[in-house]
Amino acid sequence: MILAVASGKGGTGKTTVAASLAISLAAEQLPPPLFLDCDVEAPNAHLFLDPVFEQREEVGIRIPVVDEARCSHCGKCAEVCQYHAIAVLGKKTLVFPQLCHGCGSCTSLCPEKAITELPDRMGVIERGLARDHITFARGVLDVGEPMAVPVIRQLLAWERPTPGQVTVRDAPPGTSCPVVAAVRGSDYLLLVTEPTPFGLHDLRLAVQVADELGIPAGVIINREYEPYPPLEEFCADHRLPVLLRIPFERIIAEGVAQGKTLVDIHPEYANLFRHMFMQISAMS
Amino acid sequence: MKIVLTVTSPNINAEIDPRFGRGAYLLIIDADTQAWEAHENPGVSAPGGAGIKAAQFVAEFPAQAVISGDFGPHAFTALQAAGVAMYLYGDSRTPLEALTLFKAGQLQAVGGATRADCDHGHHGQDA
Repeated sequence: MILAVASGKGGTGKTTVAASLAISLAAEQLPPPLFLDCDVEAPNAHLFLDPVFEQREEVGIRIPVVDEARCSHCGKCAEVCQYHAIAVLGKKTLVFPQLCHGCGSCTSLCPEKAITELPDRMGVIERGLARDHITFARGVLDVGEPMAVPVIRQLLAWERPTPGQVTVRDAPPGTSCPVVAAVRGSDYLLLVTEPTPFGLHDLRLAVQVADELGIPAGVIINREYEPYPPLEEFCADHRLPVLLRIPFERIIAEGVAQGKTLVDIHPEYANLFRHMFMQISAMS
Repeated sequence: MKIVLTVTSPNINAEIDPRFGRGAYLLIIDADTQAWEAHENPGVSAPGGAGIKAAQFVAEFPAQAVISGDFGPHAFTALQAAGVAMYLYGDSRTPLEALTLFKAGQLQAVGGATRADCDHGHHGQDA
């Protein structure tokens, strides 16, 4: 079972929920869960789960290098590249590495065999053991690198669950390609939102992503100080179960700011998370 | 000598468009005869690398100079590689005004990208 935690809006409590869920499951499940921090642009789950990293690999894509001596400047490479990462300008062929997605089309189409590929580092993936015997892995995008997707894909391919191991994936905020890469292939999507117009606006977008990918989804409402009727209506209209409501409490905010999870602050939440997991298992 | 100007509509009396890669139309003017033609900027529809696509169009036309309000780092690198000179609109408000200033040698030539990086959100997106 692979559970992904996403939100649309940033700062709604994805990582708090994902880490609390993993700890709650670790207390009762063998093997303890696998936690994947897929928010490679700003990974922060380690602050809650205290992993000790034991393995590390560099990741990236392969980018084209043009041998000008062989290049006939025919322009086939530039024509096939939808990102304009390679361009023929007069008698020069230029590569723009930051736009390259590493698809290899230019290399295979070059009639002069003038293109070779060199690995271009974009970040690292790391794995280790975290608190409560949770297996922990994450990707970290290098500063200045614009593309998160290759790092996320390589993280998911590198760290696979063992038989019977539940996976919790902490997705990036937003609804763009990195989120799609992080949630694709999961069995259930937990959408963390807050009872505000902004939270609802981005939840709508996140639900569209779930629909497009065909992943069943449920909602967790965080920082609920009072019910927000438009959010309740939206969930009812879209048959989205509200799986958990977390109140707006100063004690939770203070605890999270100190690196504590919900189950450290309110131990009774462990049962709520386990109950939620059983509900999800029954639904999928 | 052919000069490309970025404009908001496809004619010689159009307003200037200060963007190069995503400027709506490319107006190509023969500096000597003032004969002109307008083309949609192929960069406008590009998901990324708009400046590079527009630069390729300019290089293939071929034109010898571009006047616009702004050249990003990729556009600058591409136009420089193609040997196309770059100038800024400065105070000019119409293509003909810019052309007059250009002929008088009063437009500022561009020696580097006029901004640090693309200012929009396509990075990190994937097919």
